[in-house]
Amino acid sequence: MESRLALTVDGEEHTIEVDTRTTLLDALRDRIGATAPKKGCDHGQCGSCTVIEDGRRVTTCLSLAVAHDGASIVTASGLSDGDLGLHPMQQAFIEQDAFQCGYCTPGQICSAIGMLAEIADGSPSFVTEDLADPPTLTDAEIRERLSGNLCRCGAYVNILAAVRQATQHSDKGAA
Amino acid sequence: MTNAIGTSTARVDGIAKVTGTAQYAYEHPFTDPVYLHPVQATVARGAVDTFRSDKAESVDGVLAVLSPWNAPRLADVSDPELSLLQGPEVRFRGQIIGAVIATTPEIARHAQSLVEVEYTTDDHDTVLRADHPDRYPEDDPQTIGDDVDEKLSSAQLVIDQRYSTPEEHNTPMEPHTAVALWDPAEQHLTLTTATQGPHSVVDTLAPLLGLEPQQLRVVSPHVGGGFGSKAAPHGHDLVAALGALALPGRAVKYAVTRQQGFVFVGYRSPTRQHLRLGARCDGTLTAIDHESFSQVSPAGTFSESASSISASMYAADARRLVHHLVPLDVPPPHWMRAPGEAPGMFALEVAMDELAVAAGIDPVELRIRNDPDRDPATGNRWTSRRLVECLHEGARQFGWRDRDPHPGIRRDGEWLIGTGMASATYPHVMSPGTKVTIRHDGGGRYTVRTGAADIGTGAWTTLTLISADALRVSRERVTMEIGDSSLPTATVAGGSSGTTSWGSAIVATAEAFRRQHGDDPEAGAQTTGGVSEDPLAEGYTAASFGAHFVEVRVHPGTGEVRVPRMRGVFSIGRVINPRTVRSQLLGGMVMGLSMALHEKSVRDPRFGHVVTQDLATYHVPVNADIEDMDASWLDETDELATPMGSRGAGEIGIVGSAAAIANAVYHATGTRVRDLPITPPALVRD
Ligand code: FES
Ligand code: FES
Repeated sequence: MESRLALTVDGEEHTIEVDTRTTLLDALRDRIGATAPKKGCDHGQCGSCTVIEDGRRVTTCLSLAVAHDGASIVTASGLSDGDLGLHPMQQAFIEQDAFQCGYCTPGQICSAIGMLAEIADGSPSFVTEDLADPPTLTDAEIRERLSGNLCRCGAYVNILAAVRQATQHSDKGAA
Repeated sequence: MTNAIGTSTARVDGIAKVTGTAQYAYEHPFTDPVYLHPVQATVARGAVDTFRSDKAESVDGVLAVLSPWNAPRLADVSDPELSLLQGPEVRFRGQIIGAVIATTPEIARHAQSLVEVEYTTDDHDTVLRADHPDRYPEDDPQTIGDDVDEKLSSAQLVIDQRYSTPEEHNTPMEPHTAVALWDPAEQHLTLTTATQGPHSVVDTLAPLLGLEPQQLRVVSPHVGGGFGSKAAPHGHDLVAALGALALPGRAVKYAVTRQQGFVFVGYRSPTRQHLRLGARCDGTLTAIDHESFSQVSPAGTFSESASSISASMYAADARRLVHHLVPLDVPPPHWMRAPGEAPGMFALEVAMDELAVAAGIDPVELRIRNDPDRDPATGNRWTSRRLVECLHEGARQFGWRDRDPHPGIRRDGEWLIGTGMASATYPHVMSPGTKVTIRHDGGGRYTVRTGAADIGTGAWTTLTLISADALRVSRERVTMEIGDSSLPTATVAGGSSGTTSWGSAIVATAEAFRRQHGDDPEAGAQTTGGVSEDPLAEGYTAASFGAHFVEVRVHPGTGEVRVPRMRGVFSIGRVINPRTVRSQLLGGMVMGLSMALHEKSVRDPRFGHVVTQDLATYHVPVNADIEDMDASWLDETDELATPMGSRGAGEIGIVGSAAAIANAVYHATGTRVRDLPITPPALVRD
């Protein structure tokens, strides 16, 4: 069965017909040609497919495309507009060498941006000590909240450093 | 003259990677691609009797169903791993026995489930045992020096223990993917695939497919990790190629699923090891007897030779090394980061820690006392062996001095605290045969071309820096082209040999370019060159060395192990790009931590498959598992090893790191764990 749906991806509108079994990730990759969301597991276990949908980080392999009709999606390719250069998080990933093969990287970056927004919103995590106060940006909070994004190259030390750099050098840490 | 080498440089492919625009194999644009999903054997040993595909073929959108009988025939079926769909034999569970190709991935996957297969089955055996009746020694035992048994019986101290490491899967974040396109007019196959060596894929696959090398082009500019599993073509490459031959003119895309990545793209064999160390009271070794066992498959006999590590690591009067292979009904094991060295060093360095305890000697001091002047395996001189300096520097950085060796006595609240260390080594490997073309584009700009691969190592950047210095220009004036078999031949990114082999070829070609074109070349001037042999002089052994220092916390109530602090200090020759080398070393250490505490592929002996076949059940470290970790290196250059002065750095980080963690766990708890991974049941106390 095919279904028609509209998606805005990195500011561009697309209307596509998809097999209703198609995941949002496959629709982005196979139908729209987006290369930033990666498929690392297809089961919600690695975070490589993370994008920002309506301001929140989501793993696109875990839901069907037809459930996202009308959604607005930002992938790592759409974080910066070409003229202004890179998003501070992307710049920090390059400067801190927060990746090796780069396959987990677009997902890590979207996830890090979404994570900072969650902290700014006051959402607690497993390691938040005091649930009454808003969470603070400790190393433990960053590590915990980015633990849904696997990096088999083992770039975690530098990912933490990059997130730190992005939050220090930028007041627009959250997109 | 050299100034690009040694300068911390951001990756030249960095922007493409952080914006997600770097194209990995699946992401290259193809017109009207079609999608392949394999049919896999559901028995561990036997033969396909019937393969009924009529239901699958009747699904709208199915273009072809390949079976063991109707698939295109190979010209050469001597490689049992790659001779797929050529007959009914099933050698391991999950082997590819068919394939459905359809217009969408959803249709291919669904139709595959409609294929009905019946088998004749034979009894199977997938359990590695050291006393397996079919085991056989890989080679004659390597004996060096005096008689081992004699030395062991006269030794003042003897450590005699058994160690084991589990089956592990490489699991690079980019699952293996191959896209094959057969152009019938040109009689030419293009294979866009995730590989560590485009030319090695051509060399292996072209003869099987009955093609001349120039009829096959392999494209692989960006690779999402490999760790050995992409160092040679596997079944998916072959099946995608067969699909392309069956559907001329269509790009056949086969993205291996994560679950399939636990079957036929290689893995590290489990090992069983028996180590006997004999020593004098002062800890000096008199005998090393290292015996190891790993499994092989009817589809491939790659040997995870763990005992070899003991050939050159320490001095001893007598030594015997032997490795046995056990044939089982399992998929072919293959390279995984530091094959042999990683599991072998786990056993050797835990045994050394046990010897330190038995002798009452500090474990750092024990290594220093047994540091050999010459390579014990050959009597060769070392180009540079600076293990002792790595040990001193690591101990200094870590604050090892005045460590109380008593186990199980340090507490922080409920947690037990301990520290441990281990040495590291990895042989220097130079693979001759790489060719390079250097072209002067005019205005002092150069294009340097070779079929190397960047699997995350930083080769795009490292080779740019080497080229810049070799051509005496700034790095901005060099454009690298790699990752394509249409470029000059290059050897595989493996065995920590990439930078060594490709870089040496670049340096040689730059010299040839200057000889040919002088210091003021015309635009368009071009030279192709390379190195045909390893420049290492007769009588020398080169290797990288290192030392790991680790602090652990163990919770006696839950058995949880945390690693709050880890330091690695390495001797790897001159560092070409400090920024990317540190990442590689750290990545190796993370994988060593993973080996110590997380990774284990659980193979079900009843059915013969790995049940932990996804990233939820096959554990690898997450961000929260890695705390204060750092890697550094000695300031040095080793021009006997390579013209750049560098040695390999890609694998040494994983060597010894698991042992350092196990040794720290002993110091924290008093429990000696000799079987990896170290999991809570070994450490929980009532
Ligand atoms: S691909 Fe979606 S979480 Fe792994
Ligand atoms: S950079 Fe390779 S998986 Fe993260």
